[in-house]
Amino acid sequence: MNINLTLFGQMVTFAFFVWFCMKFVWPVIIDSMEERQKKIADGLDAADRALRDLELAQSKATDQMKDAKQEAAGIIDQANKRAGQIVDEAKNQARTEGDRIKVAAEAEIEQEMNRAKEELRASVAGLALAGAEKVLEASIDEKANRTLVDKLAAQL
Amino acid sequence: MAGGNPASTTEYIQHHLTNLVYGKLPAGYERTTEQGVEVLQADTWTMAHGGQEATDMGFWAIHVDSMIWSIGLGSLFCWMFLRAAKKAHTGVPAGWLNFVEMIVEFIDGAVKDSFHGRNKMVAPLALTIFVWVFLMNLMDLLPVDLIPTLLMMAGVEYQKIVPSTDPNITLGMALGVFVLMLYYSFKIKGTGFVKELTMHPFNHWGFIPVNLFMETVGLLAKPFSLGLRLFGNMYAGEMIFILIATMFAAGAGAGFVSGGLHAELFGEQTSGYFWLVIFLLVTGVCWLNLKGKVSTGKTVLLCMAFMAIGGGLFALGGGLMQWGWAVFHILVITLQAFIFMVLTVVYLSMAHEDH
Repeated sequence: MNINLTLFGQMVTFAFFVWFCMKFVWPVIIDSMEERQKKIADGLDAADRALRDLELAQSKATDQMKDAKQEAAGIIDQANKRAGQIVDEAKNQARTEGDRIKVAAEAEIEQEMNRAKEELRASVAGLALAGAEKVLEASIDEKANRTLVDKLAAQL
Repeated sequence: MAGGNPASTTEYIQHHLTNLVYGKLPAGYERTTEQGVEVLQADTWTMAHGGQEATDMGFWAIHVDSMIWSIGLGSLFCWMFLRAAKKAHTGVPAGWLNFVEMIVEFIDGAVKDSFHGRNKMVAPLALTIFVWVFLMNLMDLLPVDLIPTLLMMAGVEYQKIVPSTDPNITLGMALGVFVLMLYYSFKIKGTGFVKELTMHPFNHWGFIPVNLFMETVGLLAKPFSLGLRLFGNMYAGEMIFILIATMFAAGAGAGFVSGGLHAELFGEQTSGYFWLVIFLLVTGVCWLNLKGKVSTGKTVLLCMAFMAIGGGLFALGGGLMQWGWAVFHILVITLQAFIFMVLTVVYLSMAHEDH
């Protein structure tokens, strides 16, 4: 077991390697590891946040959907009501129109009837006289009978 | 397994425990060479031929093999970790970077557990110690004869490839740690450190000499125990590898080469007995041949078979035992590297703590 210069040679070598490791190896590796650790932690945080955001968005979406449904139901109700209204209006209009037409038609019919009556009245006297002339053959006083027949005709 | 040069077990072991030394032989030193005794005229820096010369060189010598392996392994550590550091990024790590980060995280955890001061040198120091000492210890798992034998063929006489079996190396590192301990003790505590040395454990001025003595011993014991623990463990482990190699290599030689001539010549107990069994079997066959019960051809065959089996069994047994011890030793080398690191951190932590 000779103790000799090797002892100091090893001390110097040791110092050099420790210095080298401290300068070039350790900080680089440990820094990159710490940075990665941070990155991973950030990533996990971000994932958590994203999950929360997702939940929030989902609940928001559900709310919005509910609102939309309500709105849609309201619109449909309104539309239905409006449709009913329109139908009623149309019905009323149709009815009044129909009434109006009926009234007009009735008036026209009345008019026609009156005219026909007039015509009939006009011709009935002649016809009745002609008939009576034929029946009696004999000369009937046209003037005396004319008043009679006119009376009759007026009763028609 | 045994190299060609060392003749007996003792020589083999001694050869394995001798460093390749470069140092100064003093003037007037009588150097024994193949040509005879040569007296040196002046101080000479030279390679030592053998352990005796290495011892005579005294302090002015350097273990070339220890230094080369230690620097080489340290450079390997730096290079490999620098490569990882160059590739370090904040994305998904893969391959070598992954492995390095695993080690770094492990060291970082260990340091954070036992070191509570603020010092950005301690963690890299711990990393260097752990990986470097581990690599130096790892050399122990290479077959004991492999590299020394190869180098001997290349003309290098001695080679110890495990730097941590050299007390110079382990104590050198421990002293480095000691210097740091002293530096930080003074830096952090200042006069408090002096007080710690003089006023503990008996807080009275009359006890200052006693306290100083006790505290100094305690302080000095730290680097020594640190260095010698690693050295002792690795030295013992290496020794066991060598012993297994000698025991079984000799046996293998005994069986294979000369039916026990090797054991006979160099008087080894274990392989001697083993050789005796093989010898009796062989003589028995020969005796039967003389009696005419076995033909000559068969005799030769049987003798060769006994020898080969004897040698092969020993070689196999040696290999198995080397392997078994290596498996245990993996635990030892890792544990020792870890202990060296943890104790360093603990000592530095104590240097940082103000009482």
